This record gives sequence, structure tokens and C-alpha cells, in this order.
Amino acid sequence: MSATTAPSPATTELRPGAEVVLRALKEQGVEVIFGYPGGAVLPIYDALFQQNAIRHILVRHEQAAVHAAEGYARSTGKVGCVLVTSGPGATNAVTGLVDALMDSIPIVCLTGQVPTHLIGNDAFQEADTTGITRPATKHNYLVKRSEDLAATVHDAFYVARSGRPGPVVIDLPKDILIKPAPYSDAPTAPHRSYRPVTQPDMEQIKRAVALLKASKKPIIYAGGGVINAGPEASALLGEFVRMTGFPCTNTLMGLGAFPASDPLFVGMLGMHGTYEANLCMFHADVMLNMGARFDDRVTGRLDAFAPNSKKIHADIDPSSINKNVKVDVPILGDAAAILRAMIAAWKDDTTAPQKEALAGWWREIDAWRSIRCLAYKQEGKIIKPQHAVKRLFEITNETGRDTYISTEVGQHQMWAAQYIGFEKPNRWLTSGGLGTMGYGLPAAMGAQIAHPDALCIDVAGEASILMNIQEMSTLAQYRLPVKVFILNNEYMGMVRQWQELLHGGRYSESYSEALPDFVKLAEAFHARGMRAETADQLDDVIHAMLAHDGPVIADICVAKDENCFPMIPSGAPHNEMILGPNQEQNARAVTDEGKVLV
Amino acid sequence: MSDTHIRNATIAVLVENESGVLARVIGLFSGRGYNIDSLTVAPVDDTGRLSRITVVTSGTDMVIEQIKAQLDRLVPVHKVSDLSLEGPHLTRELALIKVSGQGDHRVEALRLADAFRARVVDATTESFIFEMTGNAEKIDAFCALMKPLGLAEVCRTGAVAMARGARGI
Ligand SMILES: Cc1ncc(C[n+]2csc(CCOP(=O)(O)OP(=O)(O)O)c2C)c(N)n1
Ligand SMILES: [Mg+2]
Repeated sequence: MSATTAPSPATTELRPGAEVVLRALKEQGVEVIFGYPGGAVLPIYDALFQQNAIRHILVRHEQAAVHAAEGYARSTGKVGCVLVTSGPGATNAVTGLVDALMDSIPIVCLTGQVPTHLIGNDAFQEADTTGITRPATKHNYLVKRSEDLAATVHDAFYVARSGRPGPVVIDLPKDILIKPAPYSDAPTAPHRSYRPVTQPDMEQIKRAVALLKASKKPIIYAGGGVINAGPEASALLGEFVRMTGFPCTNTLMGLGAFPASDPLFVGMLGMHGTYEANLCMFHADVMLNMGARFDDRVTGRLDAFAPNSKKIHADIDPSSINKNVKVDVPILGDAAAILRAMIAAWKDDTTAPQKEALAGWWREIDAWRSIRCLAYKQEGKIIKPQHAVKRLFEITNETGRDTYISTEVGQHQMWAAQYIGFEKPNRWLTSGGLGTMGYGLPAAMGAQIAHPDALCIDVAGEASILMNIQEMSTLAQYRLPVKVFILNNEYMGMVRQWQELLHGGRYSESYSEALPDFVKLAEAFHARGMRAETADQLDDVIHAMLAHDGPVIADICVAKDENCFPMIPSGAPHNEMILGPNQEQNARAVTDEGKVLV
Repeated sequence: MSDTHIRNATIAVLVENESGVLARVIGLFSGRGYNIDSLTVAPVDDTGRLSRITVVTSGTDMVIEQIKAQLDRLVPVHKVSDLSLEGPHLTRELALIKVSGQGDHRVEALRLADAFRARVVDATTESFIFEMTGNAEKIDAFCALMKPLGLAEVCRTGAVAMARGARGI
């Protein structure tokens, strides 16, 4: 046997499985695990106790562990790591896993499992975790042999972060965690079967650039894929948009990919997007979709979606292309690689862009902008929720601190998306695809762990916040100065809005009855509680919240009956937006077809 | 290509032979509401590491392209090949067909079996089991003919398929 093929001592030495798992995590760059112990994972907890390289954050519910890991992952670009026990630990994590799957967030979740000889016997705290999480993950594994342990962990990280990122589960039977196991380093050879395309086809790039050069009414529509491709992709997007002079819109997941303050930014698009962004989409003759997936919240009625446009779709996931919308030029690859190639091709292509037509297009866009679709009137004592978010944005901006905003789900989420401008990627953490109430607090917690000196704020609703409120206790334990900014309208506002618009104002079960006193609740969790009841108190409360060096719940009592506009009703095309209370009367009523949509 | 025309597709999928892989493929079809007309699977290499799944499905071109893309992004999938699109291919299916009856019906069943090249693999005084290979239409046709003659039971493997010519998958 030659020296190069001789197994290194590291691979022959046997250590308890749990130690091997931790060693592989360390090699994968894991610094933090969000988790919750239980019988089946005690060997890992024992190994964690005896080392210092990996920090464990004890959450108060396994769903929150996954959301925290999502916040950590999305705010850093790293893979988030979770550790939960078998049975209820694993089932509690499922919502978080599906959330990460829908929003393409890289997560590796270790779940404990009953020992291999008991699998299938309905043993105590046994659940078919790989069966349950198969459709909830990008991929999952059940490790049945000690010799597969290290390789499986390495494989899981590769799968979680490659191509379109996503959550991966490794189910670990307890005996495998105890038995001695060999260690092996991460493989250097390419993966046997999973090798996503990252480098784009240059012919497609040229076709795309030719279409864009000839365009008289172009729109660049960028999504979460640009953020997932790393900060460089966002920088390249900025470069490309500026060199073309085209208008740019972002999806909910894409906010921050292009700076909100740039004059070329026309705002978010989709159901609660801006008038100008949606009309750009409707009237465009060429659309460049960078890393977005033509989600139904964005397209509205499919047969009337951007009816006269040629569509270019750049995505890392072949299954996203031609799924909902047929496109003319598909480009497979990583967003950064595609944008780099597009920039080069744009320079190489000697055709002049349609300068005059573009100027006309911008005049049209400016006319749409002049409607000022996000304008609101803050009058009297009652705080308008839009105003609360706008002041939060302006005052945090004045502090000059690096700020991460998470949200729960509902009207407050949409107002945060509309009124907070993001200049950089990775600063906006929201549950887009699954729309998971309870996401925001743990996500902000995960971001705060990753960025201890940054300002991490959860813009919340009074209903959503109760879904993972127990994490206030985690904030206290680790002294995490997360700010919870509740827009308290005493309603499941988004539900109430739909009931008002679609169900004759019958507010069935959408009133937030018997709410806790959020100020006292904060105090019970060792945090600071504050409240703004009238408009004149708002700024003071925001200032006090930001000044406090610890966790805060700010209960902002806002107008109870405010609706979130603009709005494209379900099943309507982009040009049938409802702009606000004044235009509501002349807007077309939602069709019966639209009513069945969510 | 039309947006509404439904076509059949025979798709060959080469997968890593690991536990759960079949569940992944079937779950993908049921979870996303695709049709499965038939599905077969078995290991196909001597190391036992690769299995080949043959799925017969139907849908619009857009749906079938989606099915292939969804299959292709499953981690243990090596290769997805749309045999219906990629040129001429062979499809075969094995069926066991039990026919019970007496007198003229037996004679007629045997005569037809001969014409269809179905082999008798079991016989009693009241029954035959025929073994037959062919494409789905041939087996359908034979079963239809057996119906009035005492068709008692049918068991079919579902299609296996391969592209014609020298090239491998
Ligand atoms: C886990 C979960 N359950 C139910 C829903 C449906 N839902 C969407 S928004 C919403 C109301 C949210 O109320 P609140 O948190 O007060 O936010 P608001 O809309 O009032 O700003 C509900 C129930 C959901 N998105 N997630
Ligand atoms: Mg509310």
C-alpha cells in the first residue's frame, strides 16, 4: 500500500458517534446550534458539554429553533444548524422546515431517533421522522451505520447550501450516537448524483442581452435568489441595473437585493406591491426575472400577467422555469455568475439601447409614481400603523446602526415591506412562501446571535407574536437585545381585511380577544415593556426602545380598522389594483373565481 | 407544443439505490398532483447501487417538463430521460392472466392465447394462467378478449422501457 492510500490516523480512530457528529459540524463551519434536548439526543448534548467550539442556544420550542436558524442563515449567508430530539422534538420542527423549504433557506436539522433495533416498534417518542419530513425538506437521511455518520453530515451541508438552498434533516438513532464511529473529512470529489448547474449558457445570455437592448419598456424583477447567491450578486445586480438605466422591482423575498433609495427602484411588486412596480410589470415589453419564481402573490391572474412581454428567467432551479409562466429565454445558473456574464455581454453587444423609448417609459413610470400609492394621512391621536412603521424606519436610520428587520405574518408584515427601505441584502427576514405567524421573534433572535452589535427588530402583530412568545425567555437567558415592535390593532388584521373585502364584513373569529398586557408580559420575561397609545407618544417610545440595551416589547396601539393597500385582489390582473379607501368603490369586485384563491 | 394537449410520457429515471428513494419519487407525484399510469423499479447494475424507475405518466407539455425537472432535482436522482421525446423506444410489460371456464370457452381462450403468443404457465381442468409480454395495448386487447371467456384475475408489472439504438441512458 502506498503512502497516499494509507488511511490517516484520523480516519481509523474510533470515537463515540456524537463526537464524530460534532467534529463534522465543526469542519463544516458550524459555530452555533439552536436546539432543545431530549432522551434520544442526550449523547450529543453530552458531547456538546465537553467542548467549546460550538455554541448551543437553548430555545423554548423546536419550531423556534428552526426559525432562529433561518434568521441566522438568512442574515449571514451561512447554513443554519438545529438540534432536536426524536418524536415531538422532530414534529415540532416541521413548520420551520417547510418554512425554510418554501423560502430556500439552508438549514441542517439533526433529529434524535430511537435506537435502530426499536425503529418501527412504536417505541417511546418514536416518529417516522424521515417519512414526515420527506416533503418538508430538500433532502433527508436516516443514519443506520456508524461508518456513514461523518459522510452523511458532510453530504447534508453540501446539499443544504448547493443549488437552490433548503433544509435537510439527519435522523440519528441513539445507538448510532453512542457506538464508536470512524471520522472522515468532507469529500473533495464531486457529489455522485447532485451537481446543480451554476455557470450559465453564454448563448442564452447573448439572447437575453439582445432582447433587453431592443426593449422599449423593460423591467428587471429580482427575487430571493439574488440574495441567496451572496452579497456579490446584489452588488452585480446594482451594477447591471445602473448600466442599463432600467427600472428595477424586488419581490418580498428580494428586498435589499437592490437599494430602495436608488431612483431606479420602483418598489416591491405583487399583491401589496407599489402601483408603479405592478404597472411596469403589466406594460413591460421585456422582463428580466433574476432569481424569482413567478409566485402567485406576484403574478396575480396568470393569463393576464405581463401579457405583452418577452420573458427572460434566470434561476438556479430548473424546476422553477416554465412552472407557472412560460418564458422565452431561460437561463440556468447562479445569480452572481449570470449577472457577471450579462454585464460583460451588455458591454460587448454594440447595439445601442432604445434611449428615446426608455425616456418615454420613464415618463410613464413617473406618472404612475405621482399617484403616491403609499401616501397616508396621520391625523388626530390614533396612530396609523403605516406611520408607526415609517417612523420606526426613519428613527432607526438616524441611529446609523446596522439594522436587521424581521416580521411576523399579516398586515404589519406588508407595511414593513412597504415603508422600510432596505439598502443592503440579508437585512430583511420574513416568511414569504409559507407565511408562518410566529416566524419573526425567533428569526430576529437568530440574527441577533449572528450580529451581536446590530439592531434586530421584529415588526409584529399582536396575534402573531403570541405564536412564539415563549422565546422572550431565550432573549433573557442570552441577553439578546431584540426589539419587538407590535402593531397592535386588536385584530388578525389581514384576516379582518379579507373578511371586510370578500365576506361582507362578517368578522368571524378575527378579533384578538383577551390579549395579554404586553408591557407586563415583557416584564414577566425580564424585558422592558413600553406602550404608545397616541400619536404624540410614538417617537418617544421608539427612541426609548432603541436606547434600551436589552430586549424590549413596544406595544404600539394602532388604528384597528386600517387596511393594507395597494392591493391586487386574488385572481385579478396587475392593472386592477385597489389603491385605497377612495378608489375602492370603483374597483371591480373580486370575482367568484378570485374568492377561492388564498 | 400546445398548452392544453395531454400527451403520454414514458420517463426513465436512474436513481441511487438507497432507502426512501421510491417514496421520494411517489411522494413527488402525489404531492404535486401528477398522474402515475404505471411505475416499475428494480436495481440495474451489478454493484446494486443504481436502480432504474420507469414511470408512465400523462399531462400537458408544460406539466411533463415540470415532472422531469422535479425528478431531476431530487438528490439521489442521477438521470432523467424522456423516452417518448428522445426518439423511438421499446416498451414491454409482463402480465399473468387467469381465465377460468369450461368447454368451448377453454378452447377459444387457448386459441386466442396462441395468436397473442401468450404462454400457458399453469393449468387445471377449470383454469389457465397465461403469461404474456408486450406493450400495454396488446395486454389490454388480450384481457378484453378474455373477459367473456372467464377472465378471473389479472396481474401486470407495469411498463419497462428503453430507447432503441446503440446509445445507453
Ligand atoms: C401559523 C399561521 N396560522 C394562520 C395564518 C393565517 N393568517 C395570516 S395573517 C393572520 C392574522 C395575523 O394577525 P396579526 O399578527 O395581529 O397581524 P395583523 O394582520 O393584524 O398585522 C392570520 C391568522 C398564518 N399566516 N399562519
Ligand atoms: Mg393584529
